This record gives sequence, structure tokens and C-alpha cells, in this order.
Amino acid sequence: MSKTDPRSAKADRGGPNQPLIIAKDLKKHFPIRSGLFNRQSATVRAVDGVSFDVKKGETLGIVGESGCGKSTTARLLVGLIDLDEGHIVFDGDGLGEDISLKELRRGVQMVFQDSYASLNPRLTIVDSVAFGPKILGLGNPTGRARDLLGRVGLDPNRFADRYPHELSGGQRQRVNIARALAMEPRLVILDEAVSALDKSVEAQVLNLLNDLRREFGLTYVFISHDLNVVRYISDRVLVMYLGEVVEIGPADVIYENQAHPYTASLFAAMPSMDPDNLTEEPPLAGDPPNPIDPPSGCRFHTRCKFAEGVCSAKTPKLSVIGGDDTHQAACHMQEPGSGHSAAIKEAAE
Amino acid sequence: MTDAPKPGTPLVEFDNLKVRFRGERTVHAINGVSLSMQPGEMLGLLGESGSGKSVTLKTLLRLLPPKRTDIEGGVRVNGTDIKTLSGRRLAAYRGGEVSMVFQEPALALDPVYTVGDQIAETVMRHKGVSRRAAMDVALDMLTRVRIPSPERRLKNYPHEMSGGMRQRAMIALALACRPQLLLADEPTTALDATVQIQILLLLRELQKEFGMGVIFVTHDIGVAVEVSDRIAVMYAGNIVETGTTRDVIKDPRHPYTKGLLAANLHGAVKGERLDAIPGSPPALEEPPSACSFAPRCAFARPACLEALPPEIDLGGGHKVRCVLEQDQVKTPQPVEA
Ligand SMILES: Nc1ncnc2c1ncn2[C@@H]1O[C@H](COP(=O)(O)OP(=O)(O)OP(=O)(O)O)[C@@H](O)[C@H]1O
Ligand SMILES: Nc1ncnc2c1ncn2[C@@H]1O[C@H](COP(=O)(O)OP(=O)(O)OP(=O)(O)O)[C@@H](O)[C@H]1O
Ligand SMILES: [Mg+2]
Ligand SMILES: [Mg+2]
Repeated sequence: MSKTDPRSAKADRGGPNQPLIIAKDLKKHFPIRSGLFNRQSATVRAVDGVSFDVKKGETLGIVGESGCGKSTTARLLVGLIDLDEGHIVFDGDGLGEDISLKELRRGVQMVFQDSYASLNPRLTIVDSVAFGPKILGLGNPTGRARDLLGRVGLDPNRFADRYPHELSGGQRQRVNIARALAMEPRLVILDEAVSALDKSVEAQVLNLLNDLRREFGLTYVFISHDLNVVRYISDRVLVMYLGEVVEIGPADVIYENQAHPYTASLFAAMPSMDPDNLTEEPPLAGDPPNPIDPPSGCRFHTRCKFAEGVCSAKTPKLSVIGGDDTHQAACHMQEPGSGHSAAIKEAAE
Repeated sequence: MTDAPKPGTPLVEFDNLKVRFRGERTVHAINGVSLSMQPGEMLGLLGESGSGKSVTLKTLLRLLPPKRTDIEGGVRVNGTDIKTLSGRRLAAYRGGEVSMVFQEPALALDPVYTVGDQIAETVMRHKGVSRRAAMDVALDMLTRVRIPSPERRLKNYPHEMSGGMRQRAMIALALACRPQLLLADEPTTALDATVQIQILLLLRELQKEFGMGVIFVTHDIGVAVEVSDRIAVMYAGNIVETGTTRDVIKDPRHPYTKGLLAANLHGAVKGERLDAIPGSPPALEEPPSACSFAPRCAFARPACLEALPPEIDLGGGHKVRCVLEQDQVKTPQPVEA
């Protein structure tokens, strides 16, 4: 792979300090239709005011309960679905202003949760991987594809000519990773991309992702339910709950010191790995509230053991934790003067 | 139903089980599995993708395509050779004595019937009770798996439930006939950590309450530790190590088990390379005539490639198939109390 291909959107336009992607107040609401006339009866507030940025060369992990809007956020970043509100800025260029959707898609690739649905059943896997580079007119697409298959641990001599149904789920997922990388993206979004793999293959793929990051200066957004994997791969972690960001910060800081009670429950739910010290109580009971009609104020207040009056009355803002402005959480207990009994009474002057 | 078993009869007994698929490519999926499991025991089945975990469960439920599958060796449940079951006895056995929770709820729950109807239907078929009595069982089961407002949820279609709730509904369906053996094939892989631990604790509790045996397939070692009394590790269609959860996790002996534990990310340091086991598993087109793991094993020696590895009994139910242990264990270890 050449780094100087003139057609690739690889050129670093904004300089090293410009975040590769900035998401500003993203919103996506899905209409729900029902009844006799198929009228819109409600909306699912899947992503409801999400902001963050991803710096060049870093890996941002996204975690949160099933249905909290992780995949929807990812689809917005790749331009697979339209924003209802908000802005996306790619390397300093505003989407829809300075760059088109097509240009954005050139620089951002996504690997999906469902390995089967995303491969063409009629193409051999080497053709699947070579397809994108061929369209883009990159040199030697088949050689490139075979090389990448080898890199993701699928010996091209044994696997190149197989069809998707002749592979196991884990093998198919590696083909998807190879296919995304073949497009020479700058940002790769991996949505549960290693979840279907067994531990040994998962370790191989994570090593590979780290190598490729170094080699090609890639930036990743990494979505996963497996908190051990997220910790290992991510520089920073973003925690979502019911369509909103509840906490963001450096991975090591968040893994040691969760500021939001939802984040704390999530981490307490990790399996213990110690047969003499099994989990006795689920740290979080009940199901998540309905995203059609989310709770008022802090959306977590219905399941939070620290909830007080202010929590259902007022929406908490992201505030800085412990003087470290890279770590932020949206919780009234962390917000000086919020009125919660655990918060500092007044903002320090 | 099979006849009432004699006391002391194992719940499940595999005796040198071999399963081979014929077709365009022959696959020797199971290559001599021997294992027995006591009633009420919870066994975690770990192993690489393609190692034969699902085929083992499907063999127990007689779900493999009969025309293309050769099965050799013994498979007994409560003392009955399940290969002899057919017709009504097989139907009563499946879903009655033994039932299964699949990884993907879509496979078990029918999208066009309500959850209540599906559970009631199964109960009526197996227990021959009235529709109303069966609905009562369905309601009781939804309550036990802790689905909120169970009366209302009985009338839900599967797509009206969240992923975690569907998974619980499927467990309710599987347990409705009080099976003696529950087969759970990666039932929590698609769930987030908070829902996953709820389901695991629920299974542990129901297992105690109903006294059933459970085989729990997973590739997450943390999950296996949370639920299992005993762990069996599969590689290339064979069980390479088995023992109590504590023995296997704290004192793994087979190089593959060690590799699997090392590849696990608990405590992995960012930026450092993970210890992935190099290479990939064998193609299984031929039955193994030597240790299947040897080509990937850092400790392999000539003896590994000469014959099938012996099963070494380390005592306390800890067994390992590896020539390395042969030299190390001269005297059997004391059996743990
Ligand atoms: N096309 C759609 N139409 C209607 N609702 C949708 C659509 N896509 C997603 N949703 C809803 O939006 C919410 C967020 O879904 P999303 O897939 O982003 O969650 P997620 O965090 O990725 O969950 P998981 O961890 O289970 O993959 C959910 O309530 C989901 O049901
Ligand atoms: N019906 C079938 N026909 C032919 N081969 C099959 C069939 N079912 C399974 N196999 C093969 O048997 C082997 C064992 O498969 P099995 O599904 O048991 O793996 P597994 O251990 O459950 O893996 P995973 O963790 O990926 O689910 C694989 O090589 C698989 O391709
Ligand atoms: Mg998702
Ligand atoms: Mg399987």
C-alpha cells in the first residue's frame, strides 16, 4: 500500500492537532409507525445530542448497554444514515460544506457486527477484498487483496478462492476487516468486529489492528461489549446510556475510577475470572427504560441508587472530573452547585 | 421419556464419540470424546471456533442431518442410549428431558406467535395439560426469569422485546418443561456486560432450584468461570483437558488451555502484544492420528506426532491429553476431598 496515492483522501490537511473527526451534537430519531393507517405513532431517540472528537492516531472505544445508540452513532459517522441534527467535521472539513458525503466515505470505513450480511455471497473472498481497490483504480488489486488476507490470518493459498458460506463466522469477520483496510481509509469504525471470534483469533486480530495502526497511521473507533478488549485497544473510552454520552475519558482513568454510576455498574458487571470470588448480585437490575419515552432529567435516575429529586428534574451536563479536563461525566453528583447532596455546594471561585 | 434411571447413573455419558460429516468435503468434527456428567452438574465447554462444541450439543439433541452424518460410540442420557430413540420417544426427549438455548433467539422463538403461546404450546405438548394450566406455567416461567410485568409480556411478540428480554424469554421456554439437562450454546455472547451477568446469575439460580444439569458453551473464559462447576476444553473435536473450574483456571496443564488463558485479555497491558496462539486449527479432513495441537505447540516433540496422546489422570477429576504430562506424573496425585 502506498501512502502517497494522490487519489486517496489520506492527505493530512488539518495538521497534527486537528482532530480527525469531530461529532457535534449528533441527533438521530427513528419514526415508529403503527396502527391501521401506518401513522407515525412515536419516535425512538436513538442518538440524542452526542458530541465527541477523535484525535489522529488514537483509538476511541465506545461502550454502553444494548440499544443505547452505539451502532447508530457509528452509522452517522460513516454517512450511512442522515443526521437529523448536528455536524460532522472530518480533518477540519465540515460535512456538507467543505467535503461531500462521497469524500467522507472515502476516508472512513466500517466493519459491521454481522459478518454474514456484509459479504457478497457470489464473490470469492479475494474478489470481495479486491473489489473496492479495483473501483478506486488502485494498483494490483488482487495482489493487495491476497496480501491483506494473509495479514488477517487467512492463508491466501488456502482461502482466497472460497465463498463466504465456506468460512466460519470468525474467518468471515477477518475478511470484512481486510476489505475495509483495502480501501486505505484514515478512520476505521469497528462495530463489535471481534465479538464473534474466539479468544485466540481475537488476540491475533487485535495484534493485527495495532500493527496496522502503527504502519498506516490509522485512527479507530472501536465499539464492543467486551470491556477487557476495549481497555486493551482504546486510548480513550466513551460511555453511552440511552442515546446520550454519560462519561468520556482516558481508558486507564475510567477503568480505575468511574465517575458516573452507570459506568460503575457496567464495570462491576465484568465476569470475575476468579473461581473463589464469583459475582453474587447483578450490579444493575431491570431493563433499560424505553428510548421512545426516556426518563426526564438524568436518564439513568430510574435505576440509580444515588438518585435524588434533582436527578429527575434537571438534565446533568458533562463536567470535568478531578481537575483533569480529559475526563468528563454527566452526573449531578459531579456538578458543583447542582443541588445533589453529594455534590460540592457551590462552584469553586 | 426414558425410564427412571438407577441411582448413581450419570446424567450424560459420552463414550468415545465420533461424528463425521460426509459431503463435498468430509469433516471429522468429533474424534473420540469421552466424558461423563452427574445430574445437577454445570459443565462449561470451552474451545476454539470449529472445535466441535455445537456439534457435541446437537448430537445430544439428535439435531444433526441423519443422511450426511456418521455417529460412532456411545451417547447415553440417564442411562438410555439416545441413538435408539425415535418417533414419540424422541419427541418427548427433545424439549422435555433435554432442551437447548441457542445463541440467537431468532432460532428458537417463532416471530409470528406471542411468547406466552409458544411456551404454553410446548408445555401442552410435553405435559398433556390444558391450555389454561399451560398458560399458568408460562406466566410462572416469565416471572422466574424476572421479566418485568410478566402478564403483559405473555402477549408480546418476540420483536417487541429487547435483546436481553428475548434471551430471558428463550430461557423460560427451555425450562418450562423442567428438563433434567439444559444445553446452552453461547447464550450471552450478544449481550452487554450488565445483562450478561443478570442472565448468568439467573441460570445459576434456576439450575440450583431445578437441580438440572447444564452444558454451557462459551468462548469467554470469564463467563465459564462464573457459571461452571467443571470445565472441559475442546480442540479439533476432542476434549484435551477437563477438571474442576479451579483446577483448569489456576493450574492448566494442556498447552492449548494455557494458550487460551494467555490469549485472554484480563489484565492485558495496552501496547504490549497479546499472546495469540500462532497458526490455525487443522482442517479435520482426516481423522487425527497424532496430537492435533502439536503443529502449533511450543512444547511439541517427536512423540507428539507419533501417536494419539494418552489421557493422563491427574487426580480429583483433572484429566489432560498430552504426552508432556506422562513423564511428570509418576504417582497419582491425592484425590481432593
Ligand atoms: N432503523 C431503525 N428504525 C427504528 N429504530 C431503530 C433503527 N435502528 C436502530 N433503532 C433503535 O435505536 C436504538 C439504538 O440502536 P443501536 O443499534 O444504535 O444500539 P446499539 O447501542 O448499537 O445496541 P447493541 O449493543 O445491541 O448493538 C434502539 O432502541 C434501536 O431499537
Ligand atoms: N452440518 C454440518 N455439515 C458439515 N460440517 C459441519 C456441520 N456442522 C458443523 N460442521 C463442521 O464441524 C466442525 C465443528 O463445528 P462446530 O459448529 O461444532 O464448531 P464450534 O466449536 O461450535 O465453533 P464456534 O465456536 O465457531 O461455534 C467445523 O469444522 C464445522 O465446519
Ligand atoms: Mg450495535
Ligand atoms: Mg458453535
